Amino acid sequence: MTDNSMEKMSVVEGSYATAHAVKVCRPNVISAYPITPQTHIVEDLSQFIADGEIDNCEFITIESEFSALSALVGASAAGARTYSSTSSQGLELMHEVVFNVSGMRLPTVMTVVNRAVSAPISIWNDHQDSISQRDTGWIQLYAENSQEISDLTPLAYKVAEDKDVMLPAMVCMDGFILSHVFEPVILLEQDLTDEYLPPYRPEHFLDTKNPKTFGSFADPSVYTEFRYMQQMGMDIALKKIEEAAKEFTRIFGRDHGGLIDTYRADDADILLMAMGSVVGTIKDVIDEARSDGIKVGLLKIRSFRPFPVEIVRKTLADASVIVVLDKNISIGLNEGALCTEVKSCLYNTDINTPVIGFMLGHGGRDIPKGTIHNIINKGRHVAKSSIKVENEFVDLRGDLI
Amino acid sequence: MSRLAPGHRGCPGCCDAMAANFVLEAAGDDIIVVSPTGCLEVMTTPYPESAWEVPWIHSLFENAASVAAGIESALKALGRKGNTKIIALAGDGATMDIGTLGLSGAFERGHDITYVCIDNEAYMNTGVQRSGGTPYGASTTTSPTGKESFGNRTQKKNMPAIMAAHGAPYVTTTSISYPKDMMRKVKKAVDIEGPCYIHAHAPCSTGWRFESSRTVEIGKLAVETALWPLYEIEYSEITGVKKIKNRKPVEDYLKAQGRFKHLFTKEGGEKEIAKIQDIADWNVKHYELE
Repeated sequence: MTDNSMEKMSVVEGSYATAHAVKVCRPNVISAYPITPQTHIVEDLSQFIADGEIDNCEFITIESEFSALSALVGASAAGARTYSSTSSQGLELMHEVVFNVSGMRLPTVMTVVNRAVSAPISIWNDHQDSISQRDTGWIQLYAENSQEISDLTPLAYKVAEDKDVMLPAMVCMDGFILSHVFEPVILLEQDLTDEYLPPYRPEHFLDTKNPKTFGSFADPSVYTEFRYMQQMGMDIALKKIEEAAKEFTRIFGRDHGGLIDTYRADDADILLMAMGSVVGTIKDVIDEARSDGIKVGLLKIRSFRPFPVEIVRKTLADASVIVVLDKNISIGLNEGALCTEVKSCLYNTDINTPVIGFMLGHGGRDIPKGTIHNIINKGRHVAKSSIKVENEFVDLRGDLI
Repeated sequence: MSRLAPGHRGCPGCCDAMAANFVLEAAGDDIIVVSPTGCLEVMTTPYPESAWEVPWIHSLFENAASVAAGIESALKALGRKGNTKIIALAGDGATMDIGTLGLSGAFERGHDITYVCIDNEAYMNTGVQRSGGTPYGASTTTSPTGKESFGNRTQKKNMPAIMAAHGAPYVTTTSISYPKDMMRKVKKAVDIEGPCYIHAHAPCSTGWRFESSRTVEIGKLAVETALWPLYEIEYSEITGVKKIKNRKPVEDYLKAQGRFKHLFTKEGGEKEIAKIQDIADWNVKHYELE
């Protein structure tokens, strides 16, 4: 880090860094309903509006998450750059609209402040909420820290609004762990953001001078092609995310990786995989394990959708064991979503590396360094012998079961 | 002239098509229309065709008001609002049942939208299931008449009263059988800045089971029997009522429709008809129709 960038840093809450990033992206319509732990983002945005700091923007303080995203369907179709943010139950309430936004190819951006899903009700962090929207046709990006959530926001708009992509994007940040923690962050500069993110100029919008029909029904003779074209948009997004990340580095001078990032992965025997804030803890543990001579590294997934199959295969090819950490579970499969994706992208290849999965951090359960060390040790055993347990919960309390 | 092109797939005598034509004719060209899921959406927009010669959008069943609110906000933010009016054309199920949350929110926040409920008193698009708009005694596929049933056991939800309780500048009832009344009210609503609600009674020949040539006649009978009172409410106060001369008994309305046939053929039907007459009498008193 240069002295210059140190000078530009301010110590702010993750939510503020997010709200500020949204502000400099110049949204036209913000529509949101309060839910813990998303609240500080929409409060900060409300204050920006109250202080006249976002031009040409309407903030709809709407009556439910369902309507929050529904209003953005109308606003986006009318040609506005749109934003919302939610968590957990709010995202589940939106679910029907989440599908709809993508099917209508509206490039809304939404920050999902990741929180566990009820029941039992919990306000604390895991990834079950956004993972449950995996197949809705939204781009899903996961941030490791406040700087990354800030920097992913204009990137999400840039990719979503690309005329060859035209898909909505979720930028996911861990509730409380990122949203409520104060960290040093370089807040996005307005002039640089303007250089990076051009105004939204959609080809098709609700225009009284050029009337068009949005949201027709599709019979079986045409429906399939709509789904196929969403997948085409995702395929193109793979390339666009890499390009947008490179351009971000060129303009802002920061590099968080593209579809993925790696840490000490080049010569790693044991390769950990994870998304979100737990990556920070993992990096510290990797440094400790490396000093003990254990060759361990990290593959961090930034883009969960589209899933970067090719680059994941390439990065994993030389490892002896792949260890996947998931803050979610597919109940009935006893496996986290990332683990499933990783296994799926290795099948039908020449790579025959064992993959084991650990489900942890549910409902905000702390993930101390010792837990990661234990997981690495389990990976070492698998590398030496074979898989005994393919997937397991971590740090279960026997006294409660 | 109406901007709903001919050649759509509505049934003969379709109330939705009539309602849409009256709204479009009255509201002019500078409009954006939102429709929730329902007959009107299905019959006008089978991809890649569209009967709409104005900008039109459908998203989901329960979010027409929220989508309309989003469009209005976008046009304001983008400096394109001008005199453009956003009009929702929604059925009774989308309005009175599944979409009430978003509708209430949009009216509470005061968006400049006109919301028209085309009330044909059941879920016609899915096959005539009862809704919150289904009247007492009507036989539908989920409130059928039977050995122990005289059809629907509840009265119509008083949706205009709920909307008036929001303090909206304009809430009114109308009927597709009175095109001049309906078009005057639509024109009035779109000329008012703020959220306006129009509740249009709309006889459906398929769901109510009458000859498709009788749509207008049936709608008139609802008004002439006082089962569908026509009134206007501004800022929660009643400001206009269509008086009824020579009020007809409710039997005249009921006997014309298959959905009420059991009231005339089943033992005990006359008691049920008397209850429906009570509803009409209450309307006369409450809205001072005579």
